Amino acid sequence: MKILVAVKRVVDYNVKVRVKADNSGVDLANVKMSMNPFCEIAVEEAVRLKEKGIATEVIAVTVGPTAAQEQLRTALALGADRAVLVESADDLSSLAIAKLLKGVVDKEQPQLVILGKQAIDSDNNQTGQMLAALSGYAQGTFASEVTVDGEHVKVIREIDGGLQTVDLKLPAIVTTDLRLNEPRYASLPNIMKAKKKPLETLKPEDLGVNTSSTVTTLKVEAPAARSAGIKVKSVDELVDKLKNEAKVI
Amino acid sequence: MTILVIAEHNNAELNAATLNTLAAAAEIGGDIDVLVAGEGCSAVADAAAKAAGVSKVLLADNAAYAHQLPENIALLVAELGKNYSHILAAASTNGKNYLPRVAALLDVDQISEIIAVESADTFKRPIYAGNAIATVQSSAAIKVITVRPTGFDAVAAEGGSASVEAVASAQDAGVSSFVGEELAKSDRPELAGAKIVISGGRGMQNGDNFEMLYKVADKLGAAVGASRAAVDAGFVPNDMQVGQTGKIVAPQLYVAVGISGAIQHLAGMKDSKVIVAINKDEEAPIFQVADYGLVADLFEAVPELEAKL
Repeated sequence: MKILVAVKRVVDYNVKVRVKADNSGVDLANVKMSMNPFCEIAVEEAVRLKEKGIATEVIAVTVGPTAAQEQLRTALALGADRAVLVESADDLSSLAIAKLLKGVVDKEQPQLVILGKQAIDSDNNQTGQMLAALSGYAQGTFASEVTVDGEHVKVIREIDGGLQTVDLKLPAIVTTDLRLNEPRYASLPNIMKAKKKPLETLKPEDLGVNTSSTVTTLKVEAPAARSAGIKVKSVDELVDKLKNEAKVI
Repeated sequence: MTILVIAEHNNAELNAATLNTLAAAAEIGGDIDVLVAGEGCSAVADAAAKAAGVSKVLLADNAAYAHQLPENIALLVAELGKNYSHILAAASTNGKNYLPRVAALLDVDQISEIIAVESADTFKRPIYAGNAIATVQSSAAIKVITVRPTGFDAVAAEGGSASVEAVASAQDAGVSSFVGEELAKSDRPELAGAKIVISGGRGMQNGDNFEMLYKVADKLGAAVGASRAAVDAGFVPNDMQVGQTGKIVAPQLYVAVGISGAIQHLAGMKDSKVIVAINKDEEAPIFQVADYGLVADLFEAVPELEAKL
């Protein structure tokens, strides 16, 4: 079966972002960009399913600017067979991205689509669920274990308070949580090989999708800073402060 | 303007996060209806009817909704939600699961995890793990929103007297089924709603050492959490994780033990009223947000703390 993996180019996990002085957004100039960590887990899961002989082809897709080709090359170096870039310089809403991915799903007809549960920039946690709705497919979000069995996939999900297991009819959508797997590092020979793998570029118009959004960002501010308090010298002093000063115990 | 709030529950009890979601709805303004979708959940509907500010409770009691399967719930909410100006749900793993599906079915954008209501169409939400706060405005005909419970003070659970109306609709998409659930059983309060939270990090060294925190927690009536580092190291299960990718908590007192204070962890707890940090590394970033910092070996300080409480 064919697996489609969606990835997103985001600010690297280790970068401490700064809000722009004019409050129009965060400063992304000269900041290291990487593949969203949850998307790395998605790619890894797809590649493992191929290594197990369950998947026959893994296609990586992203919606983003021209530079997002870098993240597709990373996905190819990790083991994806080919890649699709839906090129758009605009900052698109999750719904618009889900519609574009639906266009790619219609074209490629994968049996399983794996996405990260959320991107660490916009923290929306929407795209996978929206793609599932638009496709009419079942969804296994926040997955910590994925088992493909014939025409079904069993997904163990991380939920508040524990784990839930659901059985989904294929084709289906899976979104990854942290413990699904530990992504591998791309080896140098694989990085070289990835440069020769096919990468197709599409425009939103090619997929017939209107990407306009109903949400406008009015301003972006730094959160209220929390200042450091005092250092206490002993447990006795700590207990005293909590009882008599903060009055929280 | 009428707002539909989707109740969070387990078919037996109304989850307290629903009361925080109702508070966000009250700030938006207008009539508030609550949808209780589940199976054998009339007690939940009765509880929702007593919550402050609720005009009407819609009860969809059907086997298709028993386990909150998003494929079924989303069809129901999209069907009922067409007549509302806003659809709100708590940003729990459940709300996050079905609500984007509702938004896509209604062909509108969703606004995730709002922490403040500026007006009926303008909201604040954290982005970049809470390192920035965006103010966003929506022109969508139906505003579909998840609410971060810690951003709003709960409305009163008692005092209301809304009517309960049965909804006959049985939406079964037939593409998914519930297999099973493994829920952590604990006598301690739920992490998300606890007044006091005590969390351990990589400094705990192993899962057995969390026993020390459980003892302190039991004395304080606290919930126990963990940093992602402690979860990744396999000390404790993931449902204890506090942070950007785990639970967001804002208790009266948060005690961080052996936690360095990575930004992803701070994202999950920095709105706590009082923060205490116990760490032997005095340079640890957690001290920059702590009201009370104790530079000490946790293996000495925590048992001493327990003894002195």
